[in-house]
Amino acid sequence: MEYRISRRGLLQGAAGVAATGALSGCAMGGSGSNAAAKGETSANNPLGVKEDAPLEVVIFNGGFGEEYARAHEAMYRERYPKAEIKHSATQKIAETLQPRFVAGDPPDVVDNSGGSQIDFNGLVSQGALADLGELLDAPSLDDPSRKVRDTLLPGIVDVGTYDGKFLALNYAYSAYGVWYSQKLFEARGWEYPKTWDGMIALCKKIKAAGIAPWTYPGVHARYMSWPILTAAGKLGGLDVIKAIDNLEPGAWQHDAVKAAAEAYYQLAVDGYLQPGAEGMDHVQSQTEWCRGHAAFVSCGSWLENEQKPVTPPDFRMAVAPTPSLTTSDKMPFGAFRGTGSEPFIVPAKGENVRGGLEYLRVMLSRKAAADFTGKVSSLTAVAGATDGVKLSGGLTSVTALIDASQGGAFTWLYSTYYRKLERERVNAATLELLTKRITAAQWCDQVQRSADEFARDPAVKKYKRA
Amino acid sequence: MRGKRLFIAVFLIPPLLLYGIFVVSPYAQAFQISGTNWSGLSPTYEFVGLDNFHRLLGDGYFWNALRHNGLLLVLLPVVTILLGLFFASMISVGGRAGRAGVHGVRGAGFYRVVYFFPQVLSVAIIGVLWKEMYAPHTGMINGLLRAAGLDGLAVAWLGDPRFSFWCVLAVLVWMNVGFYVVLFGAAMQSVPRDLYEAALLDGAGRRTTLVRITVPLLWDTIQVAWVYLAIIAIDGFAIVQIITDGGPNSSSDVVGLRLYKTAFADGQFGYASAIGVAMFFLTLTVAVMFLRVTRRDRVEL
Repeated sequence: MEYRISRRGLLQGAAGVAATGALSGCAMGGSGSNAAAKGETSANNPLGVKEDAPLEVVIFNGGFGEEYARAHEAMYRERYPKAEIKHSATQKIAETLQPRFVAGDPPDVVDNSGGSQIDFNGLVSQGALADLGELLDAPSLDDPSRKVRDTLLPGIVDVGTYDGKFLALNYAYSAYGVWYSQKLFEARGWEYPKTWDGMIALCKKIKAAGIAPWTYPGVHARYMSWPILTAAGKLGGLDVIKAIDNLEPGAWQHDAVKAAAEAYYQLAVDGYLQPGAEGMDHVQSQTEWCRGHAAFVSCGSWLENEQKPVTPPDFRMAVAPTPSLTTSDKMPFGAFRGTGSEPFIVPAKGENVRGGLEYLRVMLSRKAAADFTGKVSSLTAVAGATDGVKLSGGLTSVTALIDASQGGAFTWLYSTYYRKLERERVNAATLELLTKRITAAQWCDQVQRSADEFARDPAVKKYKRA
Repeated sequence: MRGKRLFIAVFLIPPLLLYGIFVVSPYAQAFQISGTNWSGLSPTYEFVGLDNFHRLLGDGYFWNALRHNGLLLVLLPVVTILLGLFFASMISVGGRAGRAGVHGVRGAGFYRVVYFFPQVLSVAIIGVLWKEMYAPHTGMINGLLRAAGLDGLAVAWLGDPRFSFWCVLAVLVWMNVGFYVVLFGAAMQSVPRDLYEAALLDGAGRRTTLVRITVPLLWDTIQVAWVYLAIIAIDGFAIVQIITDGGPNSSSDVVGLRLYKTAFADGQFGYASAIGVAMFFLTLTVAVMFLRVTRRDRVEL
């Protein structure tokens, strides 16, 4: 019994897990800040890296694995042969690093990503992150006459900016949309619809052919909130999205959001969602899709890499923007949700903040970006880094999507500002919607209530999107 | 004398020290943290008094999770103990009459081993296994249902708020019952055989034997089982996190998971500690209550 109770002690997370510092005393105590090691600045070393300062990098070992990071570290070592690099990779970023943040001994670079990323709301409000503004204004590694800022894809700076400070570099660039198999569509003579009426008409045909038109991960039903919000943004313009990001009253009850929710609710009403999808996770539903049991799935551009082991060789996956809801949508059909993912941070109290910034500068070189794209089939935040690189099938369709949009990519930030609002509340409500337990209007009301809850909660730091 | 004391102290101090550092001190700190707004990322925090507990009272998600723990607390021990007693008595004394002596059903040794299987698997493996078993299309449960022609019953088990909690409960019973079969089985071995033989001679059936002889003589063991299972019911964290992650729509949430998410996903360690402190008292109360209620001084046959 003693033993069981001490397991509960572990559950009391705060004390149990955080107490790596138990030996040295209290879980909440920490040492003071470190004077960041700084070397001389020069043209070749604009950030003033101390050449022999060791650098510690922690990578989220998820969809992209950790191999790409080893390549980046090798590039860093080439520039600073005297620096010792400590590399580690984990899926449990928050559990592993939380005690180190408290102790004032965080690593120098963290890929704060995945299911258990450390909540940015907390990191930012505690001032735990180094301002990466200096990195943006440093000269690019490829062309000293250009600033790093000017080599990034549009939107990358926005999505990592909190209250005017650039604190997170989202290294991967993800395009979100509706995925289908070109092979299946060509064989059946189907064409991706540009309007929602076209989508409903096509779903009817697909269903008649004995294939489920859509599948989705019921466990992570928020995947389906992405096309809903994208369609709402396209219908009503970016202000609809900004109102949501700023937790404005009634933002989720805007007519455009309601119309978009109504449209996707129609899929459930007409029986165009794969039966049983409500009980699947993302791997299960995406595998159903790869096996040809469903025609459409909503996902981001990491899908190709994630599905590599089970995708048939001639599947030819492709991504398309969400269909326009009306003919008078404020954004063209080509507009899509495109944003950075895989946020890299440099903790403010790291031993080698300079080295951390420099590491990110190395990552943002064309060579490092092309290597990343080659290894994990994902675009990076670096504009044009894939020129001349041979791309995989899915990635070709992503670049085609980006080109066709002519800069019409947009995104929302509420999910990075208030992670739990999307991960728990929107997630739960969307499953209710897709299983017809609530209507589209009730979905809007339910999410709005949750958003109001966050707006009222004094424990949650609020951000303003301009 | 002094040398002897020193000798004893040398043996006692290290374990006490370890216990103090790794068990007592985290507990004490949890109490302290529960009175702060600590975010868990920096050494700075403010004392907020009982605010966290006040917030706990009005937190619908917490009460929802607590309700599920309450249900588990009632159902898990009852179902597991009843099943455990039934299986154990079948294995050790439930054999057919007509053969000489008291013995178990045919193949008792085989069952004994099979029931114990889940116990040798780690919780994580059990969770992942069952998650796949419940999968709507590829899962074994729906596969069997379809094979039996019961397509109508093949639903998305974990995707339906009506079923998700019961699915978790079923796994918890499955993974625990084997241990109690062994526990009760061993206890039954120590019951004098002649008692059973006398009962048989008097014409007692299996049920009468179980209710009138086995249960009263095993009462101490059952009592311990009850407390163990109650503690598992108040926890339930690992299995729930792996199988449903509390979903869909918090329909299988438990307090442990709420605590974990509050701490690690929301970065509110102060509030999470308050949940932990509440759970501490809850567990303690339940354990004491069970021991009180089930205490009997004398075995009456």
